Amino acid sequence: MNIGDWLFKNLTRLFAVLVLAIVALMAWEMIRGSGASIGEFGWGFLTSSEWDPVQDLYGALPFIYGTVVSSLIALAIALPLSLGSAIFLSEIAPRWIEGPVAFMVELLAAIPSIVYGLWGMFVLVPWLRASVEPVISKNLGFIPLFRGAPYGFGMLAAGIILAIMILPIITSISRDVLRAIPGTQREAALALGATKWESTRIILASGKSGFLGATLLGLGRAVGETMAVTMVIGNRPEISLSLFDPGYSMASVIANEFAEATTEMYTSALIEIALVLFVVTLVLNAFARFIVWSVTKTSGGSR
Amino acid sequence: MPKISTKNINAWFGKTRALRGISLDVPEKQVVAIIGPSGCGKSTFLRSLNRMHEVAGGTIEGKVLLDGEDAYALDPVVLRRRVGMVFQKPNPFPTMSVFDNVAAGLRLNGVRDKKRLAEVVEKSLRHAALWDEVKDSLDKSGVSLSGGQQQRLCIARTLAVNPEVILMDEPASALDPIATARIEELIHELKKEFTIVIVTHNMQQAARVSDFTAFLYLGELIEYDATTKLFTTPGNKQTEDYITGRFG
Amino acid sequence: MTDAGRGHRWRKFKNAAMLSLAGLAVLAAVVPLFMIFFYTLSRGIGSVNLDFFTQMPKPVGESGGGMANALAGSGILVGLGCLFGLPVGVMAGIYLAEFGQNRFGMVVRFMTDVMSGIPSIVVGVVAYILVVLPMGHFSALAGGVALALLMIPTVTRTTEEMLKLVPDSYREAALALGVQQWKASVRVILPAAMKGITTGLLLAIARAAGETAPLLFTALGNRFWSTDIGQPIASLTVIIFDYAKAPFEDWNRQAWAAAFVLIGLIFVVNLLFRYFTRDKYGRA
Repeated sequence: MNIGDWLFKNLTRLFAVLVLAIVALMAWEMIRGSGASIGEFGWGFLTSSEWDPVQDLYGALPFIYGTVVSSLIALAIALPLSLGSAIFLSEIAPRWIEGPVAFMVELLAAIPSIVYGLWGMFVLVPWLRASVEPVISKNLGFIPLFRGAPYGFGMLAAGIILAIMILPIITSISRDVLRAIPGTQREAALALGATKWESTRIILASGKSGFLGATLLGLGRAVGETMAVTMVIGNRPEISLSLFDPGYSMASVIANEFAEATTEMYTSALIEIALVLFVVTLVLNAFARFIVWSVTKTSGGSR
Repeated sequence: MPKISTKNINAWFGKTRALRGISLDVPEKQVVAIIGPSGCGKSTFLRSLNRMHEVAGGTIEGKVLLDGEDAYALDPVVLRRRVGMVFQKPNPFPTMSVFDNVAAGLRLNGVRDKKRLAEVVEKSLRHAALWDEVKDSLDKSGVSLSGGQQQRLCIARTLAVNPEVILMDEPASALDPIATARIEELIHELKKEFTIVIVTHNMQQAARVSDFTAFLYLGELIEYDATTKLFTTPGNKQTEDYITGRFG
Repeated sequence: MTDAGRGHRWRKFKNAAMLSLAGLAVLAAVVPLFMIFFYTLSRGIGSVNLDFFTQMPKPVGESGGGMANALAGSGILVGLGCLFGLPVGVMAGIYLAEFGQNRFGMVVRFMTDVMSGIPSIVVGVVAYILVVLPMGHFSALAGGVALALLMIPTVTRTTEEMLKLVPDSYREAALALGVQQWKASVRVILPAAMKGITTGLLLAIARAAGETAPLLFTALGNRFWSTDIGQPIASLTVIIFDYAKAPFEDWNRQAWAAAFVLIGLIFVVNLLFRYFTRDKYGRA
């Protein structure tokens, strides 16, 4: 190999290695940064709901709870909508509709989190407070989830905003999954006398693991989403069963308190929350990507 | 009365014309082979018989009669139950077991009775000459079978809904010679009960399995006659050139 | 047909119902898009004027003023992000496209995909540890590093994908002329993919311009004009956050105006990207 080619290959490889090194560095720096908090609180950090900067006592449970609950609400709303959208785009819509609509769904993913937050604060939350929550609590108030005063700001608002935000990724990956299923499957079903929906249902069964991957990727997004959630969740570190009550999320507490963290332990505790977020999203993404890769690459079908 | 009869069928893919005025009668419980060079419209013709041509985005004009009645007046879902289809590449449903693959069509039609399902599955698999090979592994995945077995599984799946006509689109082209021979034997058996239209690029195969043969070229029906006649004394120069291997 | 009776009608009904539901799902999915566009347009456009781009923020209580400092700040932050992030991403992308057909390439590809899923707030924390702590104070530099870290995965994968779209025949033609591989890559493949890569980079840049969370405790924010990368700096997104939370109607209005500018930018870049990638390679 001549010197030019050798240089070219190794120079570009250096940067590829750098990408891996950055991920490793991120992990290492956060482990180091949260050392004080880990040493002081141990596993109790994850199970204690005491968050008291004045006494320098930190437990992350209310934030974990808020992140989990708001993400689950988001999934519950986004999953059926995304699957329906993916089915519509890949199985039903003619080409000239598919393109523009798919583009619109992609645009949804391009809108910055802060704009979602702004819209959530000034449009969604007032609407929930005035029109939605009072009606739900009047009719379904016997269920603890829907009890309590309609604040507007709270878990429900966060869940809805998150649902809108993760919808594009679940839709587009599900669409890829559907596309990877060979057209012969559809033909086989139709030739047996299946209706369009019946053939789609058989197709859906083949895509199951791919949809799981798409869902996990969506969940990963929801868990780490910061600004939009911060602006609508209410930012109160309490664990309340009602979805109408304000809550707090892991990402939000970092966003709100990091710049003002006064003591070393305070900063360390916030870094530990970031570390937990990092690990959770890393695992979710790695698992999901692995599934999605194997589904959309190996079958390699065409339509 | 012919089982299927087409009257002046024209078919298009977008602006490309794939079939030009094809009129052809398929007699009941006979095997009709469609031959011709690739791109001549054989598959399109086959797919126009059960309206699968439209699924692929094509358009069609003309009349298809099934038992003398307008087939296109039927709901495609009903038509496709009566006119089943076996594809070029075996396409069992990958998420279903052998049993479920065969039962798929029945279940779509609302058959839930386990005993009845089991009966039909066994009968169809026997009919497709696959029963002895898979009877102990009915709950294995359909795609775990060999290529030839998969194709017979697809045939069994088609038989299970008890169609009147079976369309076969080069059913053996993806198979090895031994598996091909088995499919051909099977076709002989099946014609006792079903009317079969088979597309093939293999002229020896057409000569072996069919009673009538149609030769298509550039979307037109050049010649249609009893197989023995067409292969021994073709009435048309183009047919003769094709079957003697001078083109195609 | 005897069995084309009730069962058949039920199946047809179910078919129509489920297909309509899928259509409704799409509708529900795109409605928020139009709502967000509508609100940012109707509430924001009124406050977008020359002052918005040229004036500094007015003190509380005084109406008017603009976001000149935040616009400049966002520009500087994104510029720093590009400065650190683009070389790494583009080079790594070239590696993946040219030499990435091995196990190491797979690992890098996998990790970039995984990295793109790391929350931006976490990246902000890392930038804080890496830059703010050693410097002892918040700075534009720290914000730039955070944005760079966020851009790298997108840039890497876009570069790779755009390079791979270049037909192999180009490379073969160059190699057949006796050109060295690196020259074929740099002189033939790269220029052929340039349009796609550039618009892909624009997409990554637009996304970085919309980031807020990682700037909160790196670049922090600044009420005053500053172009010093060693000092805290204002940004469009952080100012939206501050102004949205503030109890002053005038500030809220300006937040919408900033959102409008941001969305307009992103919309244009996305359209460009779609136009160029489709135009050149015949796919959406």
